[in-house]
Order: sequence, then structure tokens, then C-alpha cells
Amino acid sequence: MYAFNVASLIPALPEIFMAISGMVLLMVGVFRGDRSTRAVSWAVVAVFIVTAFLISRVSGPGVLTFDGMFIADGFAVFMKQLALAGSALALIMSIGFNEREGIARFEFPILFLYATLGMMLMISANDLLALYVGLELQSLCLYVVAAYRRDDLRSSEAGLKYFVLGALSSGMLLYGMSMVYGFAGTTRFDTLFEVLSSSEVGVPVGVLVGLVFIAAGLAFKVSAVPFHMWTPDVYEGAPTPVTAFFAAAPKVAATALLVRVMIGPFGAMFDQWQQIIVFVSLASMALGAFAAINQSNIKRLMAYSSIGHIGYALVGLAAGDKAGVGGLLVYMTIYVAMGIGTFACILCMRRKGRMVENISDLSGLARTNPALALAFAIFMFSMAGIPPLAGFFGKFFVFKAAIQAGLYTLAIIGVLTSVVAAFYYLRIVKVMYFDEPAEALERPVGTTLTVVIGATALFTLLLVVNPGPLLSGAAVAAVSLFGG
Amino acid sequence: MLEIGLSHYLVVAAILFALGFFGIFLNRKNVIIILMSVELMLLAVNINFVAFSVFLQDLVGQIFAMFVLGIAAAEAAIGLAIIVVYFRNRGTIAVEDINVMKG
Repeated sequence: MYAFNVASLIPALPEIFMAISGMVLLMVGVFRGDRSTRAVSWAVVAVFIVTAFLISRVSGPGVLTFDGMFIADGFAVFMKQLALAGSALALIMSIGFNEREGIARFEFPILFLYATLGMMLMISANDLLALYVGLELQSLCLYVVAAYRRDDLRSSEAGLKYFVLGALSSGMLLYGMSMVYGFAGTTRFDTLFEVLSSSEVGVPVGVLVGLVFIAAGLAFKVSAVPFHMWTPDVYEGAPTPVTAFFAAAPKVAATALLVRVMIGPFGAMFDQWQQIIVFVSLASMALGAFAAINQSNIKRLMAYSSIGHIGYALVGLAAGDKAGVGGLLVYMTIYVAMGIGTFACILCMRRKGRMVENISDLSGLARTNPALALAFAIFMFSMAGIPPLAGFFGKFFVFKAAIQAGLYTLAIIGVLTSVVAAFYYLRIVKVMYFDEPAEALERPVGTTLTVVIGATALFTLLLVVNPGPLLSGAAVAAVSLFGG
Repeated sequence: MLEIGLSHYLVVAAILFALGFFGIFLNRKNVIIILMSVELMLLAVNINFVAFSVFLQDLVGQIFAMFVLGIAAAEAAIGLAIIVVYFRNRGTIAVEDINVMKG
């Protein structure tokens, strides 16, 4: 019988701290009104930083709590800190934006906080129930922030589309979970692994059906083809800092969840899910490369670009070994830095007090604002995977893992699609550097944006100098996932 | 006398789930119907969980069903709120009119 004692909850201390801080800050907001928005926002950033610190203190190999539903291993530490960094940077970017656009309300940082708490729970889930609750906590907050600009038609349409397709994916995920529960008899990840790897007659068909539904539901959340259709509309319609947030943190959490579910409980069904992941990865890379070519709206282009990036990251999962998962972790880290940086640049695209979102609005940026153009060009070259920028290393490690695992077709098609994708990244650079200057963008862009762009650009540019800590961190996290 | 076994429950749940699933895609009229379809899917899953729970003599399925009920309620609340916001901006919630962004 499970005896309750407070000390056994310590592995979940960072999450408990986050939840309580969220409630306290919500009360501060309620009593102080919208005047307190700026203070609450910075307090939430501080909560993220403290949580990131706490996470590294309470984890260890195979630390469980909540009767085994919650796991705090090295993999969780890596992914959680990455998700927290993405959330914190996106929130910092949003403060100035919301104030200028007149939508600064104190609920916004609180929703970010609870969405991030949902991500923490997803990453640490060790049970289908914990997975579902964490995922929904995250998703419900994200539906609201997508529609946050409530007097704007495009934002509310983004929220509506995200909600409908998100609810559909949750339904599919749940149906899959019910099948797995029924045919394997448990919802716990470690027990599932034992049941599925020890069965002598092979895996029951019901579990296989469940696996397909779960993979489809999670593919929705990471916006992988063929479940990507919400992504371009939501990215385009949602307020830009929210889009930056979508591109960074929830992607990290959903990818972590996908990796944990596939490697953990369904580890014994590698042959079955590998085919699914290979297909999803190929389709995402191809769609991300070809569908983005015709886009004129930069946020929409970034949506297709993010679909493509998820495809590359999943190449690492398709390899299904430590090197592959390590590559995926490196890829996601670099992707978060590049994505946040790019969206910070997009946030600088203002003219006469309004946001502009067309690629043509960037023309001649190199002459009107050389520093911004340089940063933007760094991110674009990095996303295209040109050495020595960070994006190259991300692609290099996942493709290397794929080749070691014998997935030659996947690696070759991946390289080919990244060549195609380079076209539209380089087109942006061409527009900025060689086209006739359009009217100059508004300056100054604000201190916080400058700091975010500077930090992410330096990371992207200088990772080549000392990639050791990132690589070894990712390797340790990947090993901990395989129980080593 | 027909013995009602696990498979009957699973078939009913599967039919309800399929109805909900296709209700989302085939409905061209009203977003509220989509919301009803989503609820139908979640409740179909609940039938599955409870049936398996009884069949396996294991309580976890019923606990899971409780959580699904609670979260479905929260989801419906947020969905309706978003639909209200959308209606205020657009003046309609017909599914074919949700097309400001395309491509």
C-alpha cells in the first residue's frame, strides 16, 4: 500500500513550487489589477529561473514520486530546462509587445506559467494518466494564449482552429491510451515495458492499434505531417510573441513526450513504431521544404520551417538508439535558440506603430538596420544548416545517428530536403541584402529584444567554439532515458 | 439470451468515437456541433476505460475516466469561450466562414 509522506514528494518540488507561485502571482494580479502586469511578468521569469535551478537539484537516476507516476531523471532535467529557457525568453519578448499593442493583462504571464507547468508534467510523466493531465494543462493554456488578442479576428480564429484540432488530437491520444490500458492491463510506463517485452505470443493487436492512435495524437502536438494542418494558421494568427512561444517550448515538451513514450513503454515495439516515425519524419521534412517556398508571410513561412525542423529532429528518434536521441536533444536545443532569435527579429518588424509581416517588408534591411539584418542572416544561415553555425551541428548529429542505424534513405532524403529548404532561407537573406530598401523599420527596437537577439545570435554563432558542454549534456540525458 | 461482453462495449465505443471523429470533419454547419463531436469522442473513450476496468478487475480505468470527465468539462468551457470571442469578431460561427487565413 502506498503510504503518503511529504518527503516522498521532493522530486516534484520544482513543479509544486511553480504551481504555488502561479497561484500567488494570480492573486497579486487580481488585487493589483493590470498595473501589476510588468511586475508579474518579471516574477514569472524569476519563477522559471528558480525552477530550472531546483530541477537540477532534485533529480537523479530513476527518482520516482506520486506512486511512480512522476519521474525525475536526467532526460527530464535536460528537456525541462530547455522548455523553461524557451518559455522565459518568449515571455521576456512579449512584455514590450503587449504593452505597445495595448493587450498587457496580468493573466498572460500566468497562462505562460501554467502552460509551462503542464510541459514539466508531460516531460516527467511516467504513466499514461500523468501524461494526459500534463498535456491537457499545457494545451488548455495554449488555446487561450493563441486567442489572447481577443478583439482581433485572426487571433481568435487561430485560437479556434488550434482548439478544435487540439481537442481532436487529445481524443485520438485518449482512445489510444484506452486501448493500451485494456490490452496491456496497465497505464504505468515501466510496467507496460515489462508486459510488452515479456509477452511470448507477440504484442496484442489492441496495443498496436493503441500505439498508432497515441503516435497520431502526439504527432499533432509536435505538428508533424500528416497532422500539421493547424500549424500555419495558428502561427500566422496568434500574436507574435505567442507564436515564438509555440515554436519553442511546447515543441520541446511534446518531442520529449514522444521520445519518452516510444523509447520507454513501447521500447519493445521498436520495429513497429520505427516505420511510423520514419514516414512522419520524411513527410515533415519534405512538406517543410516545399510548402514554405511560396509563402509571403514570414510567420507562415516559419510555421512550415518548424514543421521541417520537427522532421529533422524525428530522424534522431527513428534511429532509436542513444546516439539518435542525443542528436535529437542537441537539435531541439539549437532549434529553440534559432527559433526564439528569429521571432525576436520578426518582433522588430514594425512600421508606423504597426507590425508588418511580409517578407518584402524586409527588403534592404541591411542598409537601414545593418545589425538586425546581420542577426537575421545568422539565424537564416543556421536554419539552412550551413557550417560553422549551430544549425549545422544539429543536422549533422541526427543524420550521423541515422546512418549508423542503417537508415540511409532517410538521411539522404533529409539532406536533399535541407538543400531545398535552404532556398527560402537564403531568399530572405537576399531580400535583406540585395533588394532596394523599403521604408525603414521602426527604431529603437527596445532593450529586451536586443538582449534576446544578441544572446541567441551569439549562441548560434559561437557554438562551434565550444560545443562540448551541450553535446555531453545531451549524451548524459539520452543515456539516462535508456536506463543506463 | 444475449450475453453482453467486453467486445460489445468496445464496438459501441468505437462507433461513438467514429461518429465524433467524422462529425468534426463532415460537419459544414456550426462550430458548436464540432464541440459536441469532441465531447462524443471523449465519452466514447470513457466507455472503453470503464469497460476495460470492469473486465480487468482494475480500478485505474475508472479513475482515468473521472479525470477525462473533469478535463472534458474544462475543455468545453475554454472552447465555448473561444467561440464567443470568435463570434464577437466575425458575427458568425458557421464552419465554412472560418477562412480568414488560408494557404
